[in-house]
Amino acid sequence: MAYSDKVIDHYQHPRNVGSFGTSKDVATRKDVGVGIVGAPECGDVMQLQIKVNEQGVIEDAKFKCFGCGSAIASSSLATEWIKGKSIDEALSIKNTQIVEELSLPPVKIHCSVLAEDSIRSAIADYKKKNGIAAGTDAAAATH
Amino acid sequence: MAVKLPIYMDNAATTRTDPRVVEAMLPYFTEKFGNAASRNHKFGWEGEDAVDLAREQAAALIGASPKEIVWTSGSTESNNLAIKGAARMYAKGPEGSKNRGHIIAAAHEHKAVLDPCKRLQNEGFDVTFLQPPADGVITRAMVAEAMRDDTILVSIMWANNEIGTINEVPEIGALCHERGAIFHTDATQWVGKMPTNVDKDNIDLMSWSGHKMYGPKGVGALYVRRRNPRVRLEAIQDGGGHERGMRSGTLNVTGIVGFGKACELAMHEMDTERERLLGLRRKLERDLSSRLEVVQVNGHAERRLPHILNISFGYVEGESLLMGIKDIACSSGSACTSASLEPSYVLKSLGVGDELAHSSLRLSLGRWSTEEEVDYAVEGIVKAVNHLRTMSPLWDLYKEGIDVSKIEWQTH
Repeated sequence: MAYSDKVIDHYQHPRNVGSFGTSKDVATRKDVGVGIVGAPECGDVMQLQIKVNEQGVIEDAKFKCFGCGSAIASSSLATEWIKGKSIDEALSIKNTQIVEELSLPPVKIHCSVLAEDSIRSAIADYKKKNGIAAGTDAAAATH
Repeated sequence: MAVKLPIYMDNAATTRTDPRVVEAMLPYFTEKFGNAASRNHKFGWEGEDAVDLAREQAAALIGASPKEIVWTSGSTESNNLAIKGAARMYAKGPEGSKNRGHIIAAAHEHKAVLDPCKRLQNEGFDVTFLQPPADGVITRAMVAEAMRDDTILVSIMWANNEIGTINEVPEIGALCHERGAIFHTDATQWVGKMPTNVDKDNIDLMSWSGHKMYGPKGVGALYVRRRNPRVRLEAIQDGGGHERGMRSGTLNVTGIVGFGKACELAMHEMDTERERLLGLRRKLERDLSSRLEVVQVNGHAERRLPHILNISFGYVEGESLLMGIKDIACSSGSACTSASLEPSYVLKSLGVGDELAHSSLRLSLGRWSTEEEVDYAVEGIVKAVNHLRTMSPLWDLYKEGIDVSKIEWQTH
């Protein structure tokens, strides 16, 4: 399968690889939201961690990914896109935008879906930790 | 010595045609282009002579008589002809009836064996697919246990194409002869690499292919036993009655010449080549296993072809690994490299977990593989695996001491 240049670039130079601590550390940190989606037996697992400031803006994002090149590129791109965005803005990112940006072929659309899911999952975790009901403005949350 | 890139380590998929084979074939395109079935002129006689020589070369390689070789287009056709041809010939009931006979095959056979067997299931035959054990080796005892009074055909591959494991073929053949069943083996990965004697190895039908043993693509052979027992087949392709009516169609003289030459070369060079490739594969296996953690070699530790290594790297996905080693041509058991979303059914049938099946590479060496290439491949794979593990959330969990298989994942 031929990959687009953008996928190859993200694979070779992934943006924002890493985490804000071990799974135990981040489980108790209120300023960090963690999303883990996918399953090893399906061949993709994406982990997205977001660090949200008091204004409800995603200050930093880190990813880890077990998956094909397109999955790695999708999650790497997702971290680039959500950094500096409010959580509501981040929630508006659609998988189709990722497909377009990375020129993903039809068989790789599920990678972009997974990236979108990881954003939603990380934000949901952040909201849950901070007692924000889904759909509420995060800036109202107290830290 | 500098390594020429990309490196070819996918010899179980196909091999480079040996230049000596190409040389033997060339005159048959433009000078000696006759139809081997043209009985009344020089062009035809030249074609026929060339096919006869190739038949002798092919027969000599496997200890058969030239009359027992049927030319085909490759192993897929040979397997189809052997399995469907024998089942329909030895059926215990007419077309359209049920209980037409029992067939035994292994679950990790090539699709070119599994799919003909599945078609026969729809034609009233009962097929048992033997589940291989964790080491991948099908034994005589396993076949004996599945054998029934109405078993007409057993088809067990000699060596597996993905993991290289070697089944107990001579022993299974002996069992079939004791029980009066026809024994077919798909020997595509075996012949030309390992010593073969259809009499001593108790084989009735055997498929193999030119392009897996440094011959051309598009030509294969089926060995069909002529005595003790005399095996008969119902043809699949009808027409001019070529190949004693078993396979009609103008012979691919050029390809057959190449096939014969490849057999002759294999016969002379097999012993030294086998030892050399075994040394290289052991080095590959040893170096990768010593330089990386959580590495698993798939299939039996010893009962394996000398040139195939199937190896899983925990917490690394196979397709992304292939992307990281694009200078090394090889295969992955990952789903992503194929049209289906399932990882390798061969590895799954051995009970290799989906996760390790997704993480597997098949590296297969060949006549032109060198030690320098093995060193280069080891460096490249080690670098790529380490790069991907820095990105792998599963690797982190493993390092934190968390059992990844115990986590409840949100499957999608």
